[in-house]
Amino acid sequence: MNTAQEEATTLTEPRKTVNVSGSVALLEGLIAEGTDTIFGYPGGAIMPIYDAIYDYKDQLKHILVRHEQGGTHAGQGYARTSGKVGVVFATSGPGATNLVTGLADAQIDSTPMVCITGQVYAHLLGTDAFQETDVINITTPVTKWNYQITDATEIPSVLAKAFYIARSGRPGPVLIDITKNAQLQMFDYEGYTPCDHVRSYRPRPNIRKEYIEQAAALINSAKKPFILFGQGVSLGNAEQEFKAFVEKTGIPAAWTIMGAGAIPTDHPLNVGMLGMHGNYGPNVQTNACDVLIAIGMRFDDRVTGRLDKYAKQAKVIHLDIDPAEIDKNVKAEVPVWGDCKQTLPLLTALVDQKEHKEWLAEFRAYDKTELETVIHKELNPESGELTMGEVINQLNVLTKGEAIIVTDVGQHQMVACRYAKFNHTRSNITSGGLGTMGFGLPAAIGAKFGAPDRTVVAVIGDGGFQMTLQELGTIMQSGIDVKIMILNNRFLGMVRQWQQLFHEKRYSFVDITSPDFVKLADSYYIAGKKVSEREDLVSSLEEMLNHKGSFLLEVMVAKEHNVFPMVPQGSSVSEIRLK
Amino acid sequence: MSSSQEINEKQEFTITVYTENQIGLLNRIAIIFSRRKINIDTLNTSPSEIEHIHRFNIVIHETEEVVRKLARQIEKQVEVLKVYFNTNEDIIWQEMALYKVPTDTIAELVSVERLLRENGARAVVIRKDYTVFETTGHREETDKLIEVLQPYGLIEFVRSARVAIIKDSEGFNRKLREFERREPGQEVIENEFLDKEKNVFSM
Repeated sequence: MNTAQEEATTLTEPRKTVNVSGSVALLEGLIAEGTDTIFGYPGGAIMPIYDAIYDYKDQLKHILVRHEQGGTHAGQGYARTSGKVGVVFATSGPGATNLVTGLADAQIDSTPMVCITGQVYAHLLGTDAFQETDVINITTPVTKWNYQITDATEIPSVLAKAFYIARSGRPGPVLIDITKNAQLQMFDYEGYTPCDHVRSYRPRPNIRKEYIEQAAALINSAKKPFILFGQGVSLGNAEQEFKAFVEKTGIPAAWTIMGAGAIPTDHPLNVGMLGMHGNYGPNVQTNACDVLIAIGMRFDDRVTGRLDKYAKQAKVIHLDIDPAEIDKNVKAEVPVWGDCKQTLPLLTALVDQKEHKEWLAEFRAYDKTELETVIHKELNPESGELTMGEVINQLNVLTKGEAIIVTDVGQHQMVACRYAKFNHTRSNITSGGLGTMGFGLPAAIGAKFGAPDRTVVAVIGDGGFQMTLQELGTIMQSGIDVKIMILNNRFLGMVRQWQQLFHEKRYSFVDITSPDFVKLADSYYIAGKKVSEREDLVSSLEEMLNHKGSFLLEVMVAKEHNVFPMVPQGSSVSEIRLK
Repeated sequence: MSSSQEINEKQEFTITVYTENQIGLLNRIAIIFSRRKINIDTLNTSPSEIEHIHRFNIVIHETEEVVRKLARQIEKQVEVLKVYFNTNEDIIWQEMALYKVPTDTIAELVSVERLLRENGARAVVIRKDYTVFETTGHREETDKLIEVLQPYGLIEFVRSARVAIIKDSEGFNRKLREFERREPGQEVIENEFLDKEKNVFSM
């Protein structure tokens, strides 16, 4: 310890300093933030951090992924099931550029992450040094905040700011790029102080009482009110507050795929899924309600369909923590900005206890139509090839809605979101905004680390699986228990469906061949099975779920099966097609 | 409140952004425009009335609705403190321009003194080979001098970005103190939704 400094500090606060490297300060900071798991991949420019973590193996679990993109999706899965911040390490250059897809996914789906990238020595910046890329500028559009550190003394405060920004307000990914000299540099570390205020950043807009009052008045006078909820409910940990609001007002509530599970699937006021492949009732009724209450959702085009014919008859109340979402796509009559964990109870206090029996019955009538024309034959086919719907339905029966379902992107994703049963929040892990094929497998790995006591089932298509299948290696090496269910239709099914419906069946490059997935799993020492007959489905699913450790179940499903209902692109939600 | 017709009409808006002084923030702000394929007419960054707080002036030609959405996206950036947008009626603004002309031609053909007086310009440098004039004003004024000088062999012309003062602004000092508080008061969340007289949301 520096004696001069000791003398100086005795006059004020006697804070002890320790001489440490930037890398050690980083790891100390991560531990102080409650990080227990890191998904990462080493390389030249991040070697000092990897050297330091060698001595922290008992405090920080580092999971070696097989590709940095897999690291980001694992970080996302971890964040989404645990509610904590996902932490990812990557090296400079290609390591950092491989993060971009995961950052973009986390940005659009508001997932809290802190990614640490190594960077070339500060004196080499801008010289086209080996593995140098301009990571800060590449990642600016896909991060909530990013920052380059060239001096180790900045590490504690910047890390604290990064965690605060990532998890507060509308969460999002943050990237810190640390030059190699800063990782190596020794400095007097004064300990870690978490951040809870940045003067230029207001994570939660102040709640305005007059808007709460106006919203309550509108809700109380509504004859046909309708609630749309998104991920904001679970991001705000406001599931209880939301349930109380829904139950007091008696208003039917429908969800976006990111919001699924915030109230249980079988809650009497849960009327189903919104959007392009959502349920019939919620889509049609959007254009019949008189007051639309949007909670923690952002009116994505896949939810709204054609905007100029979207809920034009309704007065819109929009609850969101991000003021930039208000009026972005749909004009709000009353903007209730703020954290819904705070605004919902205020609103609940002012609304009348009600039931909307007739209005709810209208939803149930649409449900009956959908059940008869679509759902029944999808879930209970008596002959022909297996359908994706019946696989999910049988999975529901066996897991009783207790499992975490992670999906990839495509037809299987829409089917899983439509039919999977969720008893708990933070159980539907999917790539909603970005639609990232290849998300499923690595996200499932992270989901399991984030919720080790729960069953995690990854539902993935044959196309998406082949985008990140190298993460089987991560499963093998880490020894975690992830159930992988490949719904194989030997097509890039969603694109094929569009080509069938909108491009005269001109099947352009959607025919995809696959390796023997069971053998592939076997080569990673992961048990597996392939099933194509209806009579073997339940026993195969049981075998997968009961297996100790990871298991890959390849289910051969109907080749040319379409997901319905469907709101064709450019159509209004009320023009939803049942076939 | 503007009528919907006014909202949908494109016009010149000056966006004023108060920010922290942070490397990379210029890019973060610029890509909000380029992502939406919106051209920035002029952009100026400068110190503000407060030490360490920077001020951007960005001029674009767009509808009020688009500008409002852009302003919200800019304000969402972590290091941005506050964004205002104003029409030309709401601001006092100036642009500065420099003109380089051959000294012999200009001296021979016109009364330089009269030319400067008529255009509110002044000579910054007079050399044997060239002369540099300067004028400050609105776009029409700086444009007019180009036209005047063109026949005399204008060699170089450059105009600065717009700098603008908001007529009814009380400055940022009091606001900054609010920002520095952990629990900011109503002051900082003033917003364009609120019709201040009726105190109700209207748009």
